[in-house]
Amino acid sequence: MSEGSTPHATLAIRLRRLAVYVTLLAAVALTLLPYVYLVTGTVKSPGEIFRLPVRLFPSAITTEHYSKLFASELIPFARQVGNSVVIATLTTLLVLAVSASVGWGFAKYEFPLRNTLFVVLLATLTLPLQVALVPLFQMMVSLNWLDTFQGVVLPSGASAFGAFFIRQAMLAVPDDMVQAARIDGASEFRIFLTMGVPLAKGALSVLAVLTFLGSWNDFLWPSIVLRSAERQTYPVGLANLVGFYNTEYGTILAGSFLVTVPIIIVFVAGRKHILDNLMIGSVKS
Amino acid sequence: MGALARTMPSTTDAPAGAHTARRPRSRVRPRWTPYFFIAPFFVLFGVFFGLPTLRSLQLSFYTERGVDTSATFSGLDNYTTLVGDPTFYKGLVNTSYYALGSILIILPLALSLALLLRTRGLLLREFFRLSFFLPNAISGIVVAIVFRLVFDQEYGLLNNWLLAPLGLPKIAWLADPTFIMPSIILLGIWQFTGLNALYFMVGLQNQDPGIHEAAIVDGAGPWQRFRYITLPLLRPTTVFVVTFAIIGSYQLFAQPVALVGEGGGPDRAGLTLTMYLYETAFTNLDLGYGAAIGYAITLIIVVLSVLQMWAQGFFRKEST
Repeated sequence: MSEGSTPHATLAIRLRRLAVYVTLLAAVALTLLPYVYLVTGTVKSPGEIFRLPVRLFPSAITTEHYSKLFASELIPFARQVGNSVVIATLTTLLVLAVSASVGWGFAKYEFPLRNTLFVVLLATLTLPLQVALVPLFQMMVSLNWLDTFQGVVLPSGASAFGAFFIRQAMLAVPDDMVQAARIDGASEFRIFLTMGVPLAKGALSVLAVLTFLGSWNDFLWPSIVLRSAERQTYPVGLANLVGFYNTEYGTILAGSFLVTVPIIIVFVAGRKHILDNLMIGSVKS
Repeated sequence: MGALARTMPSTTDAPAGAHTARRPRSRVRPRWTPYFFIAPFFVLFGVFFGLPTLRSLQLSFYTERGVDTSATFSGLDNYTTLVGDPTFYKGLVNTSYYALGSILIILPLALSLALLLRTRGLLLREFFRLSFFLPNAISGIVVAIVFRLVFDQEYGLLNNWLLAPLGLPKIAWLADPTFIMPSIILLGIWQFTGLNALYFMVGLQNQDPGIHEAAIVDGAGPWQRFRYITLPLLRPTTVFVVTFAIIGSYQLFAQPVALVGEGGGPDRAGLTLTMYLYETAFTNLDLGYGAAIGYAITLIIVVLSVLQMWAQGFFRKEST
């Protein structure tokens, strides 16, 4: 590419670039193919996905699976998506509030046992939910929280990742500014709200997306707590259908497609900001 | 400790009028303030994770079958049963098969993709990044629902579009015990390679291009630069990626449940450890034994994570 390079060298470079694009496009095709097959499967007539030869695009388009889905013949789908929205929103709000608060506490105050508590918090990042699962279930039983939203939301409120992530962002608040605000008579809580939270806005928005996504797709704990179809989230509802209704697979696909649409919208709309911060945020922790 | 500190402000029993005057309030901030900020986290954390974790350890030394039954102390019984339990052993082998298989395939693939994505002046970079990230953002249940169609013996994409053109016979991916774990690994590769590629991209971004340029000046070829510069400098990212892959793999649950069913399919060939925990504790209500399985999963994750960090020299680096 530099001016001194011979025609031979530029050809080699061009071929290499071509190879890079071909490889990447092939990888994208492999990545998107199952997804495209899902989308086209939702408008194929019943039984067409189980017919040879296998075709990507439908021979005729039908919206029958979508009407079936919203007629709630198999599962109360709309209701379950609504449940997912409510649970994911509440979980996100709770995690944001709790993480911002604890992040500020660890970032801007000295107190006895601070480092010990922080190390404990970090160590728990490697512990899976499985370690507490059975007693947590017993707790839900004795609190009468089975089949309730708080049974799903409250246990997800303390995110060790969130605490760590927000603390890192809030470390950037200058101590001088905090001290000056104190001398002006601002309360500690006010300093937190007017200095800590705005400065961590970027980190908080990334945490919001991550938390919402995690909660939206969560399966293990919701499948233990939520018992009735009316209260279940969409992954639990869909999982109950799979394997039992092969004849209604188009309807299951329609549901599967619809619940991924909001995810795609969020990522396409905020792609650069979210992906950059998400990657950097997670790698650094 | 919080209770002791909380009494502090009340000792300054100032007359009521003093409060209304605008005085610089507590230049020395109250000692309990930090605890006020960290309390919500630690209360939720303690109640919903810390205490259940300790209670789970205790429960694993008891036999408790059923929700409203009383537990009887049974010492190490649950753990000795675990060691001789062929189903637990099956779950362990399956899960480890998945972890090893997926990590060994995903890592080189992800790193290669990341290197390609770092190509200077690459067009469509954002489109590539977004496409590769997408599978990871989709619910494991939805992914499995789609992959039932990929793996279907008669009408599946894999058999009809890949194996048939190559003249290979149709494989019963989800019905033949030999192929169930490979199917789950293929699903894992599809879902998680892109995410790890993006992690590697960040790791590569943080490398100082000057070192590479210096190496080029010194006559190092592309492979030498990759082997002796890129890879060693990438180690913190690799440690991160492998640790999270181990943690994720040993918790695998939603995808196999929706792919082959809660029991793990024919011959339980797709049964993972968490599926066995679920079945033991929440279907059979064998709570004590379930707690022991939970601890076994945790122990495996912690030991493997620490071992691989040690193997990659993570601790050596920190101490210097």
